[in-house]
Amino acid sequence: MASAAIPDPHHAADAHSHPPTTTGLNHRKIAVWAFIGSECMLFVSLISTYLIYKGRSIAGPYPHEWWCRATNTIGKTAAELGTCAPAETFKPILNIPVTSASTFVLLMSSLAMVLALAAVENADKPKPTGTWENILRSSKTWLWVTAILGTTFLGFQAYEFTSFVHEGLTIRTNLFGSSFFTLTGFHGAHVTVGVLWLLALLGIDYKRGLKPADALNVDIAALYWHFVDVVWIAIFTLLYLIQ
Amino acid sequence: MATMAAPISATSAETSSPSGIWSWLTTVDHKRIGILYLVTAVFFFCWGGLEALVIRTQLIGPNMKIVNAEQYNQLFTMHGTTMVFLVIMPLSSAFFNFLIPLQIGARDVAFPRLNAFSYWVFLFGGIVITLPILFGLAPNGGWFGYAPITTMAYSSGYNIDYWVLGLQILGVASLAAAFNFITTIINMRAPGMHLMRMPIFTWMSFVVQFLVILAFPVITVALVFLMFDRFFGTNFYTIAAGADPLLWQHLFWIFGHPEVYILILPAFGLVSEVLPTFSKKPLFGYPVMVYSGMLIGFLGFGVWAHHMFSVGMGPVADSVFSLTTMLIAIPTGVKILNWVSTMWGGNIRFTTSMMFGIALVAMFTVGGISGIMHSSSPADLQQTDSYFVVAHFHYVLFGGAVFGIMAGVYYYFPKMTGRMMSETIGKWHFWVFFIAMNLTFFPMHFAGLYGMPRRIYTYDAGQGWETFNVMSTAGAYLQAVGMLLFLYNFITSWRSGPKAGNNPWGAPTLEWALPSPVPDYNFAHIPTITSRYPLWDQKAEELVKSESETTIDGRLKTAKELGIPMPFPTIRPLIAALLMCTMICSVLFIHAGNLPLALTIGIASFLGLTFTLVSWLTSALE
Ligand code: HEM
Ligand SMILES: [Cu+2]
Repeated sequence: MASAAIPDPHHAADAHSHPPTTTGLNHRKIAVWAFIGSECMLFVSLISTYLIYKGRSIAGPYPHEWWCRATNTIGKTAAELGTCAPAETFKPILNIPVTSASTFVLLMSSLAMVLALAAVENADKPKPTGTWENILRSSKTWLWVTAILGTTFLGFQAYEFTSFVHEGLTIRTNLFGSSFFTLTGFHGAHVTVGVLWLLALLGIDYKRGLKPADALNVDIAALYWHFVDVVWIAIFTLLYLIQ
Repeated sequence: MATMAAPISATSAETSSPSGIWSWLTTVDHKRIGILYLVTAVFFFCWGGLEALVIRTQLIGPNMKIVNAEQYNQLFTMHGTTMVFLVIMPLSSAFFNFLIPLQIGARDVAFPRLNAFSYWVFLFGGIVITLPILFGLAPNGGWFGYAPITTMAYSSGYNIDYWVLGLQILGVASLAAAFNFITTIINMRAPGMHLMRMPIFTWMSFVVQFLVILAFPVITVALVFLMFDRFFGTNFYTIAAGADPLLWQHLFWIFGHPEVYILILPAFGLVSEVLPTFSKKPLFGYPVMVYSGMLIGFLGFGVWAHHMFSVGMGPVADSVFSLTTMLIAIPTGVKILNWVSTMWGGNIRFTTSMMFGIALVAMFTVGGISGIMHSSSPADLQQTDSYFVVAHFHYVLFGGAVFGIMAGVYYYFPKMTGRMMSETIGKWHFWVFFIAMNLTFFPMHFAGLYGMPRRIYTYDAGQGWETFNVMSTAGAYLQAVGMLLFLYNFITSWRSGPKAGNNPWGAPTLEWALPSPVPDYNFAHIPTITSRYPLWDQKAEELVKSESETTIDGRLKTAKELGIPMPFPTIRPLIAALLMCTMICSVLFIHAGNLPLALTIGIASFLGLTFTLVSWLTSALE
């Protein structure tokens, strides 16, 4: 974080008279690993709370079950509720097909991030001749793809949140609503930070071009991005898939 | 000793460090930041101590009316919160900052500006928590802030808001510092400074940083839930909505027990530096000390529910947590045996620092033993929530952490300031503190066993508690006398104490090879380390090559003359810290029902913060 590497790495390298680091790794890389370790505990606490509170809400709507408000009955299917007026009937909230799609999008963004890093590492290699090869070798391309996929994921989340609210679940409704929105909201905030980070890298790329000497900066952003992705895999499995 | 080349250090302060308030606001030097932590924490120590004096005055006899129940709640809450988060933790931070780079042979921490940021965030967080007491609005839910009693339904005032927001802010400070120190220790060791050659203080600090990064996120989450419950109407702690009344307790103590090791391990580290020096013997069983420290850190995450034996977790959980708690006493006991063995047969010099060090070994043992007593869950049912527990944790926190830190202050004061503290006043301070602490806290064991509960603002006569309370109150006032002696010694010695040489104690670790006070670049040449006790095994001149550091007239060369790049001073960390605090505190206006104002302040602070961070990240470090 506190390093002159962002303004211009070549310049910083000249003025370098610091002793080499003990491990040979850059300080920031180690700090980011420590940060990720800490973030793990954050998400472990949030996810555990969700799981502890699963099934403890005294009123619906519920994640995977149908709910009749009038009689406060729960069922695996709408039929199990017996006779229940439509206005009193609440569907299961979680929409697995939609979220599978958004999960796929986020996974693909990790792939794009890997390609972005590779592009920066190879930025000094001679330019290929074809236009397409050029586009596929450009760090700008893959940073944009990553950022756009990340934003798409956030779009899915915004859609999910609004539709849940329409289906009768807000952060205040019940324990499920409180713990679900808090957990996924925290994750979404992390994705947002990641997208902003990517945009900042793009800004530098347009200004002066990302060189192999910048690989570390991109690498650190990538570490964070993959971490956020892995957390989502955990959330998707534990909240959505396991019923 | 060859290291006592006094003329070198005599003028060093004048040559390199600028003074004036601005230089302190913009400093990124780890040593100055360490001193800022120290001075701030000593201030809060006095503040928290005054709160304790009011508490003890109220309890001196039955049915006293100095304060009412509400004021009493605020006082004990703030006393605990202050001592834990604003005194012992920052006192430890003072030493992390000052010592870690010097002990491992580095010129600064890995991220000097982030380090300054941590300090300012700590200071502002401390102010947010402390100031409200002046308006009678201080937090009043205990230092453990049990929800649901701290939710809006039961605590609708602003009091708890300050506590929640203040702790969140302080958490940011601790986490940022922990990332910094972890990186520093892993990555900035001088050549030859292998992990198993690191001074024990650095080792214990290293363990503590891991405890911080793993434990603080848990309380952050617990506080976020509480904040959302209070401000946005979520249900995490609403029992009527099906919430688990123990959720907060679990989250809090999963943080809380590692936290007590966060408080004690740095003091253990300091004492492990002091005892070998004044016994003229290497630390007994260095590797065992390291591994027991790690084991304590590890097991510390598996004992939290010993704070919850009375909530009815059931026999299985109670037994498991009883066992893990008894288990953790083993590595703790190992440390005590190692300290005793270090002194055994040594050539002991009874300096003030050493006396505090020895007192830690003895007093911590007393606290450890009462700890083992309530690790047995049936026994704990008699003791929990009584003054017996108050006695336990004051023996470990005062007799342990504070005594250890005092040993560290007397020991490192010469390195920090270039001057010696008065040993005569120091000895007075020690004996007054030692007697006062036992007079205050020992009777509490009996008061507790006679049934006196914690956190009561007054009591009726005739229950057999009077004598013990009189003793405790007398002890508390005596502690205040000790504190005054310390302050007097601290201030006068800083002004006009005798000049200290590089190594006044004949100590073995690397930091003592440097001039006192240390020049801003620490090491003109990064030394090569060949043993655990370089100054006992290597010549100091070999380590730091001091002749090339001085000019002809005997003054220390500046960083510029030596061609060492130094980080620029900058005000950005302070501004970033301030804006982050106003951003977090803007939610207070939601409680006041003024959403637009909350949003305005929040968004304005956020934009300012972003701007500051961009300018921070794009400005050159050095
Ligand atoms: C031998 C090691 C230790 C053992 C076995 C132990 C055991 C315990 C137990 C079982 C309790 C719960 C008592 C109750 O509330 O009924 C307790 C409370 C406490 N312990 Fe320890 N402890 C040990 C060391 C420490 C250390 C090193 C510290 C801090 C430096 C510490 C600080 C505290 C505090 C602050 C509390 C009270 C928390 C509260 O209720 O506000 N303990 N200890
Ligand atoms: Cu504990």
